[in-house]
Amino acid sequence: MKTTLILSTALCGVAFGAMAQEVNVVSWGGAYEVSQVEAYNKPFTAETGITVNMIAADNPATPLRAQVEAGNVTGDVFDVEVSDAIRLCDEGALVEIDPADLPTAPDGTAAADDFVPGALQDCAVANIVWGTVISFNTTKFEGEAPSTAADFFDTETFPGKRGLPKNPKRTLYLALIADGVPAAEVYDVLSTPEGVDRAFAKLDTIKGETVWWEAGAQPVQLLADGEVSMTTVYNGRAFDAMVAEKQPFEIIWDGQYLDMDMFVIPVDAPNPEAAMEYLKFATDTQRLADQAKYIAYGPARQSSTSLVGLYQDGVTEMAPHMPTSPEALANAVTDDPEFWADHSAELTERFNSWLAAS
Amino acid sequence: MADAALDPHAAIATTASGVGSGTLTTADGMPLARALAHSQRRARRRAFLLVLPLLAFILITFVVPIGQMLARSFHNDGFSANMPQVSAWFASTEHGTAPDDAAWTALAQDLVASADARSIGVVGTRINYDMPGTRSLFTATGRQVRRGLEPPYQEALLEINEAWGDPRLWSVMRSASTPVTANFYLAAVDRTRDEDGNIQQVEEQQRIYLTLFWRTFWLSAVITGLTFILGFPIAHLLATLPMRKSNLLMILVLLPFWTSLLVRTTSWMVLLQQQGVINDILVWMGIIGGDARLQMIYNRTGTIIAMTHILLPFMILPLYSVMRTINPAYVRAARSLGATSWTAFRRVYFPQTLPGLGAGAMLVFILAVGYYITPALVGGSSGQLISNMIAQHMTGTLNWSMAAALAALLLGSVLILYWLYDRLVGVDNLKLG
Repeated sequence: MKTTLILSTALCGVAFGAMAQEVNVVSWGGAYEVSQVEAYNKPFTAETGITVNMIAADNPATPLRAQVEAGNVTGDVFDVEVSDAIRLCDEGALVEIDPADLPTAPDGTAAADDFVPGALQDCAVANIVWGTVISFNTTKFEGEAPSTAADFFDTETFPGKRGLPKNPKRTLYLALIADGVPAAEVYDVLSTPEGVDRAFAKLDTIKGETVWWEAGAQPVQLLADGEVSMTTVYNGRAFDAMVAEKQPFEIIWDGQYLDMDMFVIPVDAPNPEAAMEYLKFATDTQRLADQAKYIAYGPARQSSTSLVGLYQDGVTEMAPHMPTSPEALANAVTDDPEFWADHSAELTERFNSWLAAS
Repeated sequence: MADAALDPHAAIATTASGVGSGTLTTADGMPLARALAHSQRRARRRAFLLVLPLLAFILITFVVPIGQMLARSFHNDGFSANMPQVSAWFASTEHGTAPDDAAWTALAQDLVASADARSIGVVGTRINYDMPGTRSLFTATGRQVRRGLEPPYQEALLEINEAWGDPRLWSVMRSASTPVTANFYLAAVDRTRDEDGNIQQVEEQQRIYLTLFWRTFWLSAVITGLTFILGFPIAHLLATLPMRKSNLLMILVLLPFWTSLLVRTTSWMVLLQQQGVINDILVWMGIIGGDARLQMIYNRTGTIIAMTHILLPFMILPLYSVMRTINPAYVRAARSLGATSWTAFRRVYFPQTLPGLGAGAMLVFILAVGYYITPALVGGSSGQLISNMIAQHMTGTLNWSMAAALAALLLGSVLILYWLYDRLVGVDNLKLG
């Protein structure tokens, strides 16, 4: 009796495994998840027959670390920020990925040359480039409209409250840019104690006028409600509000903060082959270009850029809305994961202390 | 007592009736005391078996995970487990010993092994907690030494990065070389160790946690006070109105209680924000100018208003259940003996509500101390509480040891307050219903 039970259970397991091959992808939810489902998951399932389960998390790096520490990994592919990808890789939580395994560009360019700089890490492959940009409500400024990062800090000429995220990473750089530091030198300045003081001093000038946000949906809401006249916001969210919801917003690309999202595979993933299959499929040239149809984030492959076409409404040209367009890149700060791996804790404490002292 | 055979006590009674033949025994000849102890033991065992599932459940889902989490606050083997040789060197030498050849060799071999095992990030992260800016020293060195490292090791490592010679780094590595550390607790009260291992305050601009602990307890006390002032009359009204009306009112209290926390918090955002309902009404009535709208949210005021509203039922319900049991004859008696209505309330009615008030205050205060989502959403910068820092260390910086240390301090201080309450008022006086 007992043997029969064990045998039948084992058979069931085998049959189940053969029947339903699947891969669990942990991502950020929202419009971003929709774009991944449309551009990656649906064609992937159609081509390979592997089911993709999308799981939403506030920051997928958190469940990844928790699962690896607990020795009970349930996700196969995680979509994380660069700094987390590098940190988790250094901590041995991720599988190494050889760029030679990734598909080449349609013209035969090797993946290592096709991806934008920084998009390939030891254990991670980027899928999108996204920006944190300044956006303002056009109904709030009747005369001259703001156009630079410095205008963000000029509450005399451009009155109204400001929205900023409640973390040092996406506020200090903006203060320095507005204070006249060229984008390329931001991290050099921020590496010195005087530079940090300078950034906080600049933030002090608008501290009383600032509404702090935490979740990506908040700044759009604040701007739409008129709670703030100007805020920083993730460019995809701003685009969505402007084009899909017809909000009277405009984007200032000056002082953009560029970041990437990366796919990683944890060690001991339950379906490692399917995970690798998915990762390769999702980061090929066509898929990355397709994603731009659903959300205004830039593809991490250079060969995808020319394939980016219209938004899903069929009329909006996506290229100028990309954070990687020439205009957007003119004065953009690129994330420095090494810097933040070293100084995140220290600067976060100082930032919170600065916030609390009101 | 229809069927005496099924009733052991009846059996005892039967034999006991035949006193005079020596010691008391049951029907089957067992001494009475032993039979009693035996049957009581069986009853206790049965009762224990009934609560066993609950005990196991609490142990597995509550005690063990919380214990594991709290253990992280003083136990972090990120350095000691991955750098065994240099840890052994630290263990065998005096505090303050300058690194000798053996130390450099141990360090170099550990670095190579750790880089190969891909645990160098864990090591760097651990050291970075105590000495910011050093994480990349470990990871960058790790990337270089993975290709191998030739002696002499001291020169080779200093060649890669001069920071390896920093005495502060060696001091920090020494303190991390044993897995048990008090450093996270020190950091949680804004303290750090200097080069010689002496405890000192961190720089003024880095101090944050003590302020937040203080603010958390102060705000929680304010909120408890507000729920009392608002909740007491309502509870009294509920307890004294005729049943039908009080039931209707009760629904008004319970309905928000059953509504999702997030819904209630976001409703307050709609009401209180500068372009929100209340400001609109005030401007429309001409009480304030259109450019002088009140800032009632994204600051401490917002936190207090939203949390008071959300926690109000926890004050009203225990108060109500105690007030219902107070006999109105006492107050009437006091009045008939010449007490003014204030004296009757103060000396007769109010003291009888104290058990409910104690329970309500305790519930509200303890819940408020651990509140996190409401201050995160409506607190702005001045309305953040210590739980927001714990959440940030859990999900943002992934420094779980720090989160555990802060949580342990919070738990400890709540337990101390509970103990104080017990000493001053007495927990026996709590009455939830």
